[in-house]
Amino acid sequence: MEEMLFYDRMQFAFTVTFHYLFPQLTMGLSLLIVYFKWKFLKTDNEEYNDAAKFWMRIFALNFAMGVVTGIPMEFQFGTNWAKFSELTGGIIGQTLAMEGMFSFFLESSFLGLFLFGEKLLGHKLHFLTGFLVFLGSWMSGFLIIATHSWMQNPVGYEILANGKFVLNNFGALFTNPWLWPSYLHNQAASIVTSAFVVTGIGAFYILSKKNVAFGKIFVKTGVVFGLISSIIVAMPTGDLLAKNVVKHQPVTFAAMEGIFHTEKGGSEIVLIGQPDVQNKKLDNKIAVPNILSFLTYGNWDQEVKGLNEFPEENYPTNISGLYYGYHIMVGLGTIFIGMMFLALVQLFRKKLFETKWLLWAFMFAVPFPYIANTTGWYTAELGRQPWLVYNLMRTTSGASPTVSSGNTLFTLLGFIGLYLLLGMLFLILAGKIIRKGPHPQTH
Amino acid sequence: MEYFWYIILVIMLAVYVILDGYDFGAGIIHLFFAKTEKDKKAITNAIGPFWDANEVWLIAAGGVLFFAFPTLYASSFSGFYLPLIMVLWLLIFRAVGLELRGQIHNPMWEAVWDKAFGIASLLLALFFGAALGNVVRGVNLGMVENGVSTQEAHYFFLPLWNETFSPQAEHQGIIDWFTLMLGVIAVVALTIHGANWIIFKTNSDLNTKLKDVVFKLNFVLFALVIASLLIWHIIEPKPFHNFMQYPFLWVLPAITFTGLFGLFKVKSFKKDGYGFLFSTLFLLGGLSSTVASIFPKLLPSTNDVNPSLTVENVAAHEYGLSMGMSWFFVALLLVLVYMIVQYRVFKGKMDDVGYGEH
Repeated sequence: MEEMLFYDRMQFAFTVTFHYLFPQLTMGLSLLIVYFKWKFLKTDNEEYNDAAKFWMRIFALNFAMGVVTGIPMEFQFGTNWAKFSELTGGIIGQTLAMEGMFSFFLESSFLGLFLFGEKLLGHKLHFLTGFLVFLGSWMSGFLIIATHSWMQNPVGYEILANGKFVLNNFGALFTNPWLWPSYLHNQAASIVTSAFVVTGIGAFYILSKKNVAFGKIFVKTGVVFGLISSIIVAMPTGDLLAKNVVKHQPVTFAAMEGIFHTEKGGSEIVLIGQPDVQNKKLDNKIAVPNILSFLTYGNWDQEVKGLNEFPEENYPTNISGLYYGYHIMVGLGTIFIGMMFLALVQLFRKKLFETKWLLWAFMFAVPFPYIANTTGWYTAELGRQPWLVYNLMRTTSGASPTVSSGNTLFTLLGFIGLYLLLGMLFLILAGKIIRKGPHPQTH
Repeated sequence: MEYFWYIILVIMLAVYVILDGYDFGAGIIHLFFAKTEKDKKAITNAIGPFWDANEVWLIAAGGVLFFAFPTLYASSFSGFYLPLIMVLWLLIFRAVGLELRGQIHNPMWEAVWDKAFGIASLLLALFFGAALGNVVRGVNLGMVENGVSTQEAHYFFLPLWNETFSPQAEHQGIIDWFTLMLGVIAVVALTIHGANWIIFKTNSDLNTKLKDVVFKLNFVLFALVIASLLIWHIIEPKPFHNFMQYPFLWVLPAITFTGLFGLFKVKSFKKDGYGFLFSTLFLLGGLSSTVASIFPKLLPSTNDVNPSLTVENVAAHEYGLSMGMSWFFVALLLVLVYMIVQYRVFKGKMDDVGYGEH
């Protein structure tokens, strides 16, 4: 039983982690492409159109990867989490079915037109198809996060005698207090990823002295989008989310922050340290006193509840993983704001393109927003454990009852092999597009 | 209310079979009949701008199944675990084959993705046909052993096959001679369907040859359909029960045979679209007749201990289903608009679309 659950969880974690590497770029990048196209329509500067076209090639590749790795996600609710699907399908099936009907059709119908229809449609209609693809992908994100939010903070439901969750308030799914901060946080983080990718590749072009004109456009645009979005990720959305966790999942908050014991007279904020879960303490801790109380309650002395105040069976299953996930996300998020702020200052002083060390830093920074996004999601998901539906349904009771662990391991290994292949193909092809650069294509 | 969603679900699955069916068929034609680069281009151009939106019908139908009939979704997706995951892998190979082929111009690269696209399409057609066979045959719900359920009444698990390959064995497998036969029927029918689509949408040099292929394969299809009807009673003792009770249902088999007989005239059609029309009728009629024959069952039980899963006993709660109706119609209207836009932009012959060139 435990082995079965372990493979079920591994498979979902692996496939969703790999999947989300792609949508986190395409959701943000679609916005930047629409911006480039809009800028071209406004200024008639051909370079912006070429920039849009270059990023569309990257977008197309990422989008294809996102689609093929996304379909398994919807199927796995039924294949691996049958009991969960049976009991909650009347509610989360609602938002997932809406995603299929509202966003997937929109995206798939207009993506082809967007990628191949520039000549056929003219620039204005082409801009419109780009906007529709952007809209579809953002709607998809919204409905997924509505589903996620219901699992974190169930609303609008009642539980029947047979254990089934049934919907009794459709509107509540979309006014869930968990939903909007999560959605905006996630979308802003997706813009951060795309802004770092655009800036990083721009920096590469400037440093390698190839496509320098484009490199400057990319860096300039990436830095502006990057600073705004990385601030929004922290304030107000990240802050609101943390307050949600304090209110609805206090035990999760204690584990995230690494607070094993409630401290009198205000809690310190831990910057670095390794949790020792057995002995309930943090090793090698660097912390600043009272800050956490202030950030959480706006009051320097308010006490923040530690893990010791909660029953052990409700502890998040992986306290160390949760703690690291959260700290890596927050740490990287802070560094992102710093880098982007510095770059914007240099841009205003018209020195950014000569600040070589900063351009190098941006080039090497490309993987980090992916790490921050992924660990952020780990924080949310590990934080929900040991529950599938918070406080109502445990993860241990959600798996498919008839699928043996051997079968799940078989498919998990299959997914690992297949996704490694996809990952290699992706890197080869992305490398090819970047090497070729944004110069006007002739064929 | 649940009957409304039942009809919606059947329609969505039928639309999926008709639309993605021509993609699978095109893939099979690509595998066996496309010899030159020009033939291959013609085929991928004919499906290139459409296949992705076509595949969405499967995902959307899955979503509707999840939300309207959660118990059936949970039971069947976990019970048919292995074939479903393999379908996912095959869908990935099909997509990657189509989309990555044109990214690098190298004969070895292209050869690999051609085969991936073709073989994945062939196996997908086979799997979907076998899936229909499994639904008709039914499964050992509750995994009954010696008259006692070993699982909850609506759960089961099927291995890929058992030693006997018999649909009547106590422990069934996904593949037995009956489901395999439906799989083969699906392959033949979709090959015809795909060929018709290529004839319809291209001026390819292949077209004359494809008409001949359709004509010959139609004999095979006809023979297989008759054979399956003759042995159907082994699986379901009273296959015509619903048709006797509701005589208007006979229109469904009539549609099937209109499609089947119409295809024999493939060589003398005046318009290139007629063949596609008739293979569409065949698929539509065949699928709906099969589903109607087991109604109101959705997944029959093969033991006497646990009841079959029916439209009523797997449906979600009333309130959710009625809320679903309000957004579903809005969404459906939008989908129709997208489809009109898409098929208008890419109307007529598509030899020059230049799909997949980067």
